[in-house]
Amino acid sequence: MSNWLEKHLPKIVLGPSFLVIILFVYGFIAWTAWISFTRSRLMPKYDIDGFIQYQRLFDSPRWEVAIDNLFIFGFLFILISMLLGLVIAIFLDQKIRIEGALRTIYLYPMALSLIVTGTAWKWILNPGLGLESVIKGWGFKDFTFDWVINPDFAIYTVVIAGVWQASGFVMALFLAGLRSVDQEIIKAAQVDGVPTLRIYTAIIIPSMAPIFLSAFIVLAHLAIKSFDLVIALTGGGPGYATDLPATYMYTMAFSRGDIGQAASSAIIMMLVVFAVVVPYLYSELRNKNDQ
Amino acid sequence: MINNINNTNYTNLLLRFLLYFILIVFVLYYLLPLFVMITTSLKSLEEIRTGSLVSLPRNITFEAWGTAWSSACTGIQCEGLRPFFWNSIFIAIPAVFISTLIGALNGYVVAQWRFRGANIIFALMLFGCFIPFQVILLPMARILGLMDLAGSITGLIFVHVIYGIGFTTLFFRNYYVNIPNELVKAAKIDGATFLRIFWSIFLPLSLPIIVVTVIWQFTQIWNDFLFGVSFSQAGTQPITVALNNIVNSTTGVKEYNVDMAAAIIAAMPTLIVYVFAGKYFIRGLTAGSVKG
Repeated sequence: MSNWLEKHLPKIVLGPSFLVIILFVYGFIAWTAWISFTRSRLMPKYDIDGFIQYQRLFDSPRWEVAIDNLFIFGFLFILISMLLGLVIAIFLDQKIRIEGALRTIYLYPMALSLIVTGTAWKWILNPGLGLESVIKGWGFKDFTFDWVINPDFAIYTVVIAGVWQASGFVMALFLAGLRSVDQEIIKAAQVDGVPTLRIYTAIIIPSMAPIFLSAFIVLAHLAIKSFDLVIALTGGGPGYATDLPATYMYTMAFSRGDIGQAASSAIIMMLVVFAVVVPYLYSELRNKNDQ
Repeated sequence: MINNINNTNYTNLLLRFLLYFILIVFVLYYLLPLFVMITTSLKSLEEIRTGSLVSLPRNITFEAWGTAWSSACTGIQCEGLRPFFWNSIFIAIPAVFISTLIGALNGYVVAQWRFRGANIIFALMLFGCFIPFQVILLPMARILGLMDLAGSITGLIFVHVIYGIGFTTLFFRNYYVNIPNELVKAAKIDGATFLRIFWSIFLPLSLPIIVVTVIWQFTQIWNDFLFGVSFSQAGTQPITVALNNIVNSTTGVKEYNVDMAAAIIAAMPTLIVYVFAGKYFIRGLTAGSVKG
């Protein structure tokens, strides 16, 4: 008996986690997917009724705003975070004496809750008392900076706060990448008199391609899941001008009582995440198996 | 790395100066929100209205901190952040402990006791780390209701453990996979059992990865908002939800200094962890985000 137990203990240990993952991840995804094909409103109904929820979703002007915002936010957030992260990483890689201290400062936002970040930026961007009044105080009387309450520009304030939070992390990724480039090649290029800028553009940055991909995946993943930051910074407003798919889903699920819409928007979010992550995971796993 | 030491001419000195200047400008950019939060929290409302966002407080007052901690309103309740701070502690500590323990055992099995299908189980777990949690919110709310855990601290612990084990397993698996399998084989020949090998050989080697995992899980759970706002009710909300309620509470005069003090209080535990164990935090961040 104890022999049998000893033999099967590894399976018995992993078993419960396996069941939990199957039920609470995959089972739940299946449930949500099922509901997204029904006419469920306040209460779930289980009669399949085609793509009615998806039709409603894509007919909804609010969802259209959410998707547009996801593209605007995602594009700018990823682009600016990567550029800023790369520039700071390269600058930090020049034998800076206080590098450790600087790195600590650039990275601390990642330890903060996005609700804290959103609260802080909401205050800084406050039109009456924030940055606007500071710059007015410097003598620029006509200066206005009311993005956070302006429906056309509010989404850009989410970009500002998001970049502030995540760019230090991208910097850390790139810095690790710069350090892993083969120093012999760089030395050889220097001996040959290749200018520094050219060494970066022709040797170092191309060899960091996998890290660019990782950073992109991480940032895209963060962008699609963004929820806390919008809630804290703009609450999705003014109106629903800064809605993202995540806030749309939450509103439908918990304040509108429209489970069908919540389920279908959640499924779309998942498909977007998978479109980004699956090719990456696949290639990662394949590379590992090749080795 | 690229630095021509032989060139000590003016241009080089100037470039060097410029480099430090730019790096300091970035420092200011990253520190600005923290600076503004701290200074605003120490000002009186009167000074906030008449003064400037970026000026230092003329008369330092800790009144806002007191209000934020014990009497600010989060909706109809006016007890400050204190009860919610404790909620977060009571959620985070058991959830971190349980998910780390499960992750260590799972990682040990996946890395060292491979059986047929173990890799598939691991892949399924890994994949689960990537899903946007919106996709499980609705069924989870129902299941918590059926289990009679809706709106309870226990329910939140349960949710955090379930969606934490993917990451904790990943961390431990990646750590244990570097320990040679011969160790397990030798111990087995000497008659050591599965649990005995874990307890006497693997656990003593695991301190660094335990620290990384605990810090990662603590930061994740402390900073969580989505689960907190979806699965809690008036008395069981975690601190992030309470902070958001204080900031968006519409009753009475808008007290910006209280908002900022509340934000700092909510950020304090993870900031302290970052300051004292930043190295481990960053290690978790890179491992957790790149590979998981």
